[in-house]
Amino acid sequence: MKTNDVIIQFTAKIVFFIIFFFSIHIFMAGHYTPGGGFVGGLLTSSAIVLLVLAFDINTVRHILPINYTYLTAIGLLLALATAAFPMFVGKPFFTHFFDYFDLPLLGKQSLHTAMLFDSGVYLVVVGVTMTIIQTIGEDE
Amino acid sequence: MLQVLYIFIPMLAAIFVPFLYRRMKNIHTGWFVLAVPATLAVIYATYIAQVAKGEVFTAELPWIPSLDISIVSYLDGLSLLFSLLITGIGSLVVLYSIFYLDKHKEKLHNFYVYLLLFMSAMLGVVQSDHLITLYFFWELTSISSFLLIGYWYNRDASRFGALKSMMITVGGGLMMLGGFVLLYLMGGTYSIRELIAIAPNLVDQPLFTWSLVLLLLGAFTKSAQFPFYIWLPDAMEAPTPVSAYLHSATMVKAGIYLVARFTPIFAASELWVWLVTGVGILTLFWGSFFAVKQTDLKGILAFSTVSQLGLIMSLLGASAVAFHANDSVDTIKFAAFAAIFHLINHATFKGSLFMIAGIVDHETGTRDIRKLGGLMSIMPISFTVAAIGSLSMAGLPPFNGFLSKEMFLTAMLALQKFELFGFETWGVLFPIVAWVASIFTFIYSFYFVFRTFNGNYKPDQLPHKPHEAPMGMLISPIFLAALVVIIFFVPNFIGNTFVKPAVQAIQPFLYDTPQDVDIHVNAWHGITPELLMTIGIILIGVLLFVALPKWQGMYQRFPQSLTLNNGYDKIMQGLDVGLNRISRRYMTGSMRHYLLYMFSGIAIIVIGSLFVKDAFSLSLQGSSPIRPYEIILIVVLLIGTSITILAKSRLTAIIGLGTVGYTVALFFVIFNAPDLALTQLVIETISVALFLLAFYHLPKLGKREERMRFQLNRAIVSIAVGVMVTLVALSAHSQKLIPSISKYYEETVYSLAGGGNIVNVILVDYRGFDTLFEITVLGIAGMAILAMIKLRMNRKEKTHENK
Repeated sequence: MKTNDVIIQFTAKIVFFIIFFFSIHIFMAGHYTPGGGFVGGLLTSSAIVLLVLAFDINTVRHILPINYTYLTAIGLLLALATAAFPMFVGKPFFTHFFDYFDLPLLGKQSLHTAMLFDSGVYLVVVGVTMTIIQTIGEDE
Repeated sequence: MLQVLYIFIPMLAAIFVPFLYRRMKNIHTGWFVLAVPATLAVIYATYIAQVAKGEVFTAELPWIPSLDISIVSYLDGLSLLFSLLITGIGSLVVLYSIFYLDKHKEKLHNFYVYLLLFMSAMLGVVQSDHLITLYFFWELTSISSFLLIGYWYNRDASRFGALKSMMITVGGGLMMLGGFVLLYLMGGTYSIRELIAIAPNLVDQPLFTWSLVLLLLGAFTKSAQFPFYIWLPDAMEAPTPVSAYLHSATMVKAGIYLVARFTPIFAASELWVWLVTGVGILTLFWGSFFAVKQTDLKGILAFSTVSQLGLIMSLLGASAVAFHANDSVDTIKFAAFAAIFHLINHATFKGSLFMIAGIVDHETGTRDIRKLGGLMSIMPISFTVAAIGSLSMAGLPPFNGFLSKEMFLTAMLALQKFELFGFETWGVLFPIVAWVASIFTFIYSFYFVFRTFNGNYKPDQLPHKPHEAPMGMLISPIFLAALVVIIFFVPNFIGNTFVKPAVQAIQPFLYDTPQDVDIHVNAWHGITPELLMTIGIILIGVLLFVALPKWQGMYQRFPQSLTLNNGYDKIMQGLDVGLNRISRRYMTGSMRHYLLYMFSGIAIIVIGSLFVKDAFSLSLQGSSPIRPYEIILIVVLLIGTSITILAKSRLTAIIGLGTVGYTVALFFVIFNAPDLALTQLVIETISVALFLLAFYHLPKLGKREERMRFQLNRAIVSIAVGVMVTLVALSAHSQKLIPSISKYYEETVYSLAGGGNIVNVILVDYRGFDTLFEITVLGIAGMAILAMIKLRMNRKEKTHENK
């Protein structure tokens, strides 16, 4: 029996973006308010899972042609590189740098290498969650 | 330095043996090997004159200087005598083995490598002055003798005998190591000489008795004393040269050496005297009594060796008495002299007897005394040698055994006059047991020689047609038999040259130089109690030997289940089966059982130490007031937990677990941890989804909806663990020793790290290292799930292909 999922699919399309932007917000704001790479990554993947629920795994893979295993690896590399980078300029492993800049459009903002590290965390979390869900979902 | 290297000459020579064996196929490898002990015997012979004057030679080779371990060669009368025995009899045995072992059929390279290894080890044992290197060489003798006994490794009996001797001697060796370590702890030095010098200080130390007993266990197992003698008869499966060398002249005397060497340290102890003398005399009797039962030629000799070693051991025990003796019992001084003298004599006659047993085996094809007989006219030389050896063993003149037997009886008679340690009441037993044992010694000596060479010739029962052995094989036994006679006529030369320096080494507190040992051996010492006892031994011995067929049957009545061998088998089997059964009992393979062990172990240890150390304390200082929200959440949490445990359906349990998770998230909310709350909510959702997935895929067959069964032991363990955690948490909370470091984070989060969210700044900045590896863990988990599912699918496909 083929069911008609038009309402859920339509809602999902909208809600996906809401959740996704919320996750980006939580990720970005993590340094000052509750949130961060971990929760951000989990929320992003839950947005993708919503798509998987509304459509199906192959469609979602078509929409988002991402290899999540690579995503995990990139995240780990990014985190490691951020941590290792200070060693090349004569600072101990895992030294962070930050300063305040006047950016166009955004105004005065702080830029922090911890953000890069957090992006690594974010990518790993998204990669791993989606790998697990995809693998189990495809398993017969 | 050079003197230490002599010890290692055989070991170094052993390296070349396989090459010689491969390259020089036509020459028997033994001829090359013969040069090694012969050279060493000559080298050690050059020391004789100076050592007889009381000089000692020491040489040291540092091995592990930082641990104070070095190889020390210490040559005094005792160790020189043993070194000469080892190299001298070693040469004769190698010569004998050249004719005994066939160069085409036997693996000669193995044999001589083991033998040379053994020779080095034995020289090391008798010359070491350092406890640890003594132990090192001691174990090397065990290992090389294990290899030699198992030389014909395709025979079951050889392997059994080798294993048995290994188990017993290595067990004893480990005990001895314990004794050595205790000696070191007491004396602070590894050197035996230094320990002897401070011996009076050691006696009262609490560890003294332990070290004494452990050391004696080592000596008794190696020297085949009661009840550890059982390995020796089984070791007779070795080639006869090995039996002659190891199990009559050298290795079994390592324990004797040990006792003699440590006598100056332990002689002050009553326990030492009683143990050494008592076990020795018991072994003497036991061995001689059961030697008559044997039907195998080498079996008789093995039991005879056991018995003679017991004799020497009891004499050493009696020599320890001399440390306490007053002048009224002057004859007790004979003990040490008699022990060493008999040790030399035993090496000569027992070596020749073993070689004769080997010859008989070699020429007739059997060692079974029931099949042998009437060989006297066929093998006259062997008979002569065997008769000399046996009569000496029986203690008859004009052979050296007579002299040592007389001195043995003198010493034993002197023991009863000794008025210390209760010898005045029990001491009278010693001469009686010694006398009875001597009668049995007489019987088995006659039994050995006359049943083999006298009586009816039974050619139909013999595998080969017997004939006299080749001359080369006879040289060694003839030489030894000649010594047996010669020693009888020049006992004082042997006494002055070899025995007195050794006696001085055993009793350094009594004599300053070997010349002080005022003992003169006389073959005719007048009509004394000893002589009358000897006449009694001969009369009763002859009578009993003639009547032997009438009473030998009584040995068969002795129940097999009560023998020590049976006990050993039972112990080994019991250990094997019993330990297996025990491991099977607790290694059930059930994860539940292992978890039960772990949790009960943790609970017992933690709760136990909490109360043993009186660590539990409860103080409500510094705790926050309880708010209504918390009470409500706790009630919800309890309900969720109870549902999870008591639910009939697994689905309910999963939802109960979800409830618990969300409640925890709420707790995070009210305890001001928004990051944790966020993460907890999302993670809980995902894990509940995964649980549901697992639940959905449960197999249909056998899936029954039933409540978890109640089991009392599990309930008890879970309650104990809960109580444990609660108690520990309460105690930990009640006694905070150090203030928290979170103040630093609060102050520096903006100035140093440029952030506002302390939790996140700690995660990515202060302690980013942890986070780096946590995301690695996450990555590994993801890869593992991927691999598990994908690889399993591959395997499935492959099995299909195979079909």
